[in-house]
Amino acid sequence: MKDKQAYQDEILNEVTERDYQFGFESNIETETFPKGLNEDIIRRISAVRDEPDWVLEFRLKAFRAWQKMTPPTWPHLKLPDINFQDLIYYARPKPRKKPNSLDEVDPEILDIYNRLGIPLEEQKALAGVAVDAVLDSVSVKTTFQEELRKQGIIFCPISDAIRDYPDLVRKYLGSVVPYSDNFYAALNSAVFTDGSFVFVPKGVHSPMELSSYFRINARGTGQFERTLVIVEEGGYVSYLEGCTAPQRDENQLHAAVVELIAHKDAEIKYSTVQNWYPGDKEGKGGIFNFVTKRGICLGDRSKISWTQVETGSAITWKYPSTILKGDDSVAEFYSVAVTNNYQQADTGTKMIHIGRNTRSTIISKGISAGHSQNTYRGQVHVKKSAVGARNYSVCDSLLMGDKCGAHTFPYIDIENRHATVEHEATTSKISDDQLFYLQQRGLDEESAVNMIVNGYAKEVLRQLPMEFAVEAQKLLEISLEGSVG
Amino acid sequence: MNKQKPLLEIKDLHAAIGDKEILKGVNLRIYPGEVHAVMGPNGTGKSTLAYVLTGREGYEVTRGEVWFNGKNLLEMSPDERALEGLFLSFQYPVEIPGVSMTNFMKAAIDAKRKYHGLEPIKPGEFLRMYREKQDMLGLPERIRNRAVNEGFSGGEKKRNEIFQLAMLEPLLAILDETDSGLDIDALRAVAEGVNRLRRPDNAFLVITHYQRLLNHIVPDYVHIMHDGRIVRSGDKNLALELEEKGYEELARQNA
Repeated sequence: MKDKQAYQDEILNEVTERDYQFGFESNIETETFPKGLNEDIIRRISAVRDEPDWVLEFRLKAFRAWQKMTPPTWPHLKLPDINFQDLIYYARPKPRKKPNSLDEVDPEILDIYNRLGIPLEEQKALAGVAVDAVLDSVSVKTTFQEELRKQGIIFCPISDAIRDYPDLVRKYLGSVVPYSDNFYAALNSAVFTDGSFVFVPKGVHSPMELSSYFRINARGTGQFERTLVIVEEGGYVSYLEGCTAPQRDENQLHAAVVELIAHKDAEIKYSTVQNWYPGDKEGKGGIFNFVTKRGICLGDRSKISWTQVETGSAITWKYPSTILKGDDSVAEFYSVAVTNNYQQADTGTKMIHIGRNTRSTIISKGISAGHSQNTYRGQVHVKKSAVGARNYSVCDSLLMGDKCGAHTFPYIDIENRHATVEHEATTSKISDDQLFYLQQRGLDEESAVNMIVNGYAKEVLRQLPMEFAVEAQKLLEISLEGSVG
Repeated sequence: MNKQKPLLEIKDLHAAIGDKEILKGVNLRIYPGEVHAVMGPNGTGKSTLAYVLTGREGYEVTRGEVWFNGKNLLEMSPDERALEGLFLSFQYPVEIPGVSMTNFMKAAIDAKRKYHGLEPIKPGEFLRMYREKQDMLGLPERIRNRAVNEGFSGGEKKRNEIFQLAMLEPLLAILDETDSGLDIDALRAVAEGVNRLRRPDNAFLVITHYQRLLNHIVPDYVHIMHDGRIVRSGDKNLALELEEKGYEELARQNA
């Protein structure tokens, strides 16, 4: 137990003490900027990255909008005061000493990898072990890239896309989430540095889950990620971000923006597994995760499907949404959000129906344990033009113990009479009857709880790409460890 | 008359829910190969006996001891009791949404195998056994691959309990009012299933209200429970006598 405590303290230190000072070490070749945010800093970020003028303009406009904005106060979250002038907005990744083998990696982390069932070779990549020819990740990557390129699919870092495909990026960046959308989106638009770009041309079905690629490629994701996914007419892509493996980051504040654009008959499946450091058992430390994710079903019969498994972060503020603009377009939102200890989550979705006969489905499963607070917030907005629109929403909350909270805030705005909206909500506790039933068949209490929780979340988990579903299931178990009895 | 060691031995068992004493000194001995029936009106402690034996929370044992297969049953957790070979066919089986019967049964069988130092069952072997037992019990097609008890009718739930019994092959199975809510066909199917599962090394404790189940599962012994105690024991004819005279009459004779 003591070891565990020491280990947690260590993480705590790692996360809370913003060791940006490392960036100032003279012997490291680095571009680390001073604290604070102003136009000068933004110009320097843009210059360092060798960006075209229009990107700088985009950043500056966002920054000017952001200055006039305040953080939203409506979420059901206890937010600490964040001094945005006390953060550093550009720093090269801190060079870390790479372990030479898994023997040098923290055994606790390895234990979690093993329990998640992550293959040994991938463990090495995740743990940042300096890899040799054994795991030829470079060649795997190259094979993927070639395969994708053959099909005309572009999949690269957003900064490469700005350089290599400026017209595409310029056309779509900020088209779904405008830079002035909200406080955190504006901040992201001003300072984003990492993220992915995906473009699937007309009629192309991505031959692989982009998850597989991403997984092997999983490296520390950034503080202000910017992701842009465009699928042209009749195309299809399945994209998975994040990783079930525990993610640590010295940056406490994360503000990502994701934009999805689906043209006529196109389909985008976007899955997220979020497992950032949630803070310790007393609620100290942990990531603040403020994310703006939005897709647009631009063309007729297009489809966007969001699936998220949220188990990490101290604070989560996130509403992957879809604008259903094309006639007969379809949007789905499947979510499992787990909070334990002192975690807080305010998450849900928005479905904005504009086109005729548009359909949306919302399945949200919240699980709260410990002293955590778990909120579902969802909006279904049917515009006047959306004749024949349909929505079906289910949001269920499961409580474990008696010190946590589950909250549901559904907003329903219907502007026309030819729409059908159904909303179901339940709140339940794991019943003693269920527990005893499983125990009577020989399962111990922990296994029994896991089985009940996984059954409860199954509708969502089965939306995940196959290879992640099993890991996500185990992730739920690990996240809820020690929350019963 | 039986040279074997008893499978279950209950000595002067007292148990309470909160302040209320429900079991007031139960004594019972069950040997391998036997079928015992416990009968009695509502509220006499039959189901309480089942729950105390299987270790359900909320029941406090205030006096007495219970030995199961030579081990002190009351010291074990509910899952340990199950792993030792004690099975309860629930009066009201609960639904567990999203958990498939196959997953559930595989986990239960593997837990038991692990407890006895065995490797998990091979998927092929498991599925063969799963189908075989379903066929044996004539489980309706519609409930074969569903989530645990989800959307099952009352009768289907009871059959599903006996199916689990067949899969887990316990040493002692307690059937708690398995006949309640069953039509005659379902009753016969359940009883046939139980009869096929009888072996020289296992035993059954059948808790029932009515004699009719005992036409199909013929007991070696019948016990009548009244006010937290077994007030009379006999052979299968006792059940018939009970049917004729009623509980009150029998209880009075014994008072």
